Amino acid sequence: MKLTTLLASAAMVLGLASGAMAQDKTKIGFVYVGPVGDGGWTYEHDKGRQAVVAEFGDKVETTYVESVPEGPDAERVMTQMALNGADLIFATSFGYMDQTINVAKKFPNVKFEHATGYKTAPNVSVYSARFYEGRAVQGHIAGSMTKSNVVGYIGSYPIPEVIRGINSAYIHAKKVNPDVQFKIVWAYTWFDPAKEADAAKVLIEQGADVILQHTDSTAPQAAAKAAGNVITFGQASDMSEYAPSPRVSSIIDNWAPYYIARTKAVMDGTWETVNTWDGIAEGMVGIGEITDAVPAEVKAEALALKEAIASGEHHPFTGPLNKQDGSAWLAEGETADDGTLAGMNFYVEGIEGDIPQ
Amino acid sequence: MDLSAINPVLLIASLMVAATPILLAGIGELVAEKSGVLNLGVEGMMIVGAISGFAVAVETGSPFLGFVAAAIGGAALSLLFVLLTQVALANQVASGLALTLFGLGLSALMGQNYVGIKPPPTGRLDIPLLGDIPVIGPMLFNHDIVLYLGIALVAVVWATLKFTRAGLILRAVGESHDAAHALGYKVVRIRILAILFGGACAGLGGAYISLVRVPQWTEGMTAGVGWIALALVVFASWKPWRVLLGAYLFGGITVLQLNLQAAGVAIPVEYLAMSPYLITILVLVILSKDKSNAPASLGRTFHASH
Repeated sequence: MKLTTLLASAAMVLGLASGAMAQDKTKIGFVYVGPVGDGGWTYEHDKGRQAVVAEFGDKVETTYVESVPEGPDAERVMTQMALNGADLIFATSFGYMDQTINVAKKFPNVKFEHATGYKTAPNVSVYSARFYEGRAVQGHIAGSMTKSNVVGYIGSYPIPEVIRGINSAYIHAKKVNPDVQFKIVWAYTWFDPAKEADAAKVLIEQGADVILQHTDSTAPQAAAKAAGNVITFGQASDMSEYAPSPRVSSIIDNWAPYYIARTKAVMDGTWETVNTWDGIAEGMVGIGEITDAVPAEVKAEALALKEAIASGEHHPFTGPLNKQDGSAWLAEGETADDGTLAGMNFYVEGIEGDIPQ
Repeated sequence: MDLSAINPVLLIASLMVAATPILLAGIGELVAEKSGVLNLGVEGMMIVGAISGFAVAVETGSPFLGFVAAAIGGAALSLLFVLLTQVALANQVASGLALTLFGLGLSALMGQNYVGIKPPPTGRLDIPLLGDIPVIGPMLFNHDIVLYLGIALVAVVWATLKFTRAGLILRAVGESHDAAHALGYKVVRIRILAILFGGACAGLGGAYISLVRVPQWTEGMTAGVGWIALALVVFASWKPWRVLLGAYLFGGITVLQLNLQAAGVAIPVEYLAMSPYLITILVLVILSKDKSNAPASLGRTFHASH
């Protein structure tokens, strides 16, 4: 698997190298972790890229390399992009973090944007979305709708991003359904439809009637559909082809406004390092249509929760909350600060199992 | 920890499903390698089979025609490999890698209009008496026909290689193509047939992922299964039943480790995640202590007039 992706990306880099260069255009490179047709994470990033092209037309030239493994390969791909004269490079997966920093050191005049990471530099910005706000809404629906009280959760890698989502969903499921139990399976991949389908099937076999996923393909949706009586949520993209059931709602990543704004900043020479973390309020996190498979009152509650989060009235991590080991984390009414959230490496009280370290 | 949450019947049933794509691709590659051809394009042939089968099944509404198309699609792509290695005498390793890259790109192009579509369900075989046996019935006798075809293929390949004249000739070509040629056997023709068989099997394996195991079309959905099948053939010392064993071990442990995770077993997840690879390799390496049986002409180019 590694070898194919490695060779594929190497071949594509060669393809890029032979591309014609026009100096007056702003050149933007995108590094994707999956194929643009994954129907989820990478698909949405590519929609953001297309929005940049639509906005600026001839003034920009975008290139992308898909299915780049997280690791040394990413460094080579980004180096090649920079050598080809890219002005701005978007590295769209958490696992490209150190590679982005390394390449950025070598090319101080190229601007880098790293998604979901936390390391910045004079020419490296980070951006992410507060997906956990969307997870809160999902958790509410999941807790309200589960009959078996077992919610299955397909994790990708045990990084803060994913753990925040699990905690946020659990807290809000527990609020409406004290008996709810989360079964978490780590797939150790962002994209592997067969494995994701297996994980979903296993969770369903073990009694889960709600599946939440933090992997990028629509395979778990297909598995849920085949099983019947199981509900799912679109991840990263709307996945509306599985609506109205099993997919009852979704988290939609909307990168387009950010990508356009950052491209504009490079064109105007106003680009500077920022640490962007936007949520429902700013529109970076969208909640996909809640279908009729959800009872009307649950839907109304979910929408009210979404509004409360957007207005800042409700923070998904509001005390009293304890950590998994029972130690106090947030006091009554206290909300989590961004620093703790960004590095979150613990489950909240009530979730069973250990986080792989 | 709650091991009782794991239902052994469902576990074994789903391990058979998880193992079938690897098994089909592996047995096809075994035949190609037995004839002395190393085709590293398994992954590419699988994914082309996956989309060919998916597209035809969706258009015609018949999963059966889908699988037929998948076999044809896989074989058609392997024809490219035939042209490169048997006609143009190109290097087999490089040609195989090119085939995989080409297959991945071609399948993405072919599949553009098929994202998010649900294929027609592949019917399960309801074997009247056997399927009614409690526990064993739903475990072993309630699957789709392609799964049994995979097992049957292993038996057929084993018997053909071991007991028939055709199998003997195929092995002769793989062991020493010069000797086989001197005896008057058509080395190139035999190898072409073996490559096409390998392509058809890989195509079937790919379609099994897109039509049964997942079932949907997503770009790059084989995600490395072809490489696992390739490795499996080597670790199985080119023996059909060991390919079956390896595929079931790998598929089984993949499913089992997810089950153990979901049941909350206190084994670190990292170990569980690597266990399918580790255990499959370990078992097959121990089994193949009798030294490797690699066909002597494996990967070597044959040219009649030298």
